[in-house]
Amino acid sequence: MPDTTGLPAELAEIAEDFAELPVPERLQLLLEFSEELPALPERYAAAPESMEQVHECQSPLFLTVEVDEESAPEPGKRVVSLFFSAPPEAPTTRGFAGILHQGLDGLSVDEILAVPEDAPYRFSLAEAVSPLRLRGMVGMLSRIKRQVALKSRAA
Amino acid sequence: MADAQTPEQQVPESKFADYAHPERLVSTAWLAEQLEAGNPDGIVVLESDEDVLLYDTGHIPGALKLDWHQDLNDQVTRDYVDSEQFAKVMSARGIGRDTTVVIYGDKNNWWAAYALWVMTLFGHEDVRLLDGGRAKWVAEGREMTKDVPTPQPADYPVVERVDAPIRAFKDDVLAHLGQPLVDVRSPGEYSGELLHMPDYPQEGAMRGGHIPGAKSVPWARAANEDGTFKSREELEAIYLQEQGLKPQEPTVAYCRIGERSSHTWFVLTHLLGFEDVRNYDGSWTEWGNAVRVPVEKK
Repeated sequence: MPDTTGLPAELAEIAEDFAELPVPERLQLLLEFSEELPALPERYAAAPESMEQVHECQSPLFLTVEVDEESAPEPGKRVVSLFFSAPPEAPTTRGFAGILHQGLDGLSVDEILAVPEDAPYRFSLAEAVSPLRLRGMVGMLSRIKRQVALKSRAA
Repeated sequence: MADAQTPEQQVPESKFADYAHPERLVSTAWLAEQLEAGNPDGIVVLESDEDVLLYDTGHIPGALKLDWHQDLNDQVTRDYVDSEQFAKVMSARGIGRDTTVVIYGDKNNWWAAYALWVMTLFGHEDVRLLDGGRAKWVAEGREMTKDVPTPQPADYPVVERVDAPIRAFKDDVLAHLGQPLVDVRSPGEYSGELLHMPDYPQEGAMRGGHIPGAKSVPWARAANEDGTFKSREELEAIYLQEQGLKPQEPTVAYCRIGERSSHTWFVLTHLLGFEDVRNYDGSWTEWGNAVRVPVEKK
């Protein structure tokens, strides 16, 4: 079983789903995540420069987060939304984004800030996609957390 | 080399004819014709991408996936697969020792060239690149499919992997210092700047810079916008006239882990006819971490 200590429930479930599959099927599941990554809403699609590029990824990936100030009086309880942009010819990068979107979107500020830094290594993907590439996902997660910290403080 | 042309390309594009070993390239039009004709010569088409999921999103009909990470690298030692494993990988894809193999991939055939180079370590005679790779095939609106074929397994012999002629190790490079070296990484990696980006070290190396005396020729300079190789004349202008490299002189190419430099190895060896080119696959992830090797910064 994968180590799911400290992972939010949805991410823990994703980690278990991957671990149960043989390696080739893990790639298929990653492909499904890449296909399920939601399209950008108009306000970002029209202004990609407002998003942050994740340079650790070998393919162009941009992300941004929104903290809903209306959702709770206490900053730590406010709801976070995640937005990602990656080209279709980069399905692995899109798949990483899809995992993080499904696992983290809609969680609170505190929940996201508590996600362990090594979470990307818990999805049993190192055999299938090479550890070097997983650093791209580590980069995404750390930038998400940094943006969440900044944007919840400013609020 | 010329008699290795089976099956024959009827009308090699005039561009190909100028290259030192034109039989190493096929055009998208030629491949499409072969496939339309029912692939009479039993060519095996392999897709080798940087993005290991790309094949699964759609590929050239009949093409099989060759995963650089799982199929070509040893899973424990930092090395390529051994002879037995290579034979298995080939056999499972219906490739025999005499099969014509055409490889294509993403990113200007970067990983396709890497796969070709590894197949060359095992002495596979007839292995070619699809000029322009995946991007050109897609841009031309040619057929793509998600159907994964089930090839009839072949019986690839267990052959010795012969590294020395085309692969350099760190000690070989130390012995080679003072002779022509080509660093094919980006200018920022070459100068050493990229290691010092605030907060986000991108390279797993302790030191930035390049091997002393190396010329900086980023690998993608050899490719056109559409991913095809530049003409021989254009390539000679870069590697010979501009950089002063000479086809008769032993030359070593390197990058970060040896993949981008496989592309340059292909260009120098097969397109420009260099006689002795080795790929230093340890590249910067080895050199930039090695103790007391000379490093040059610019």
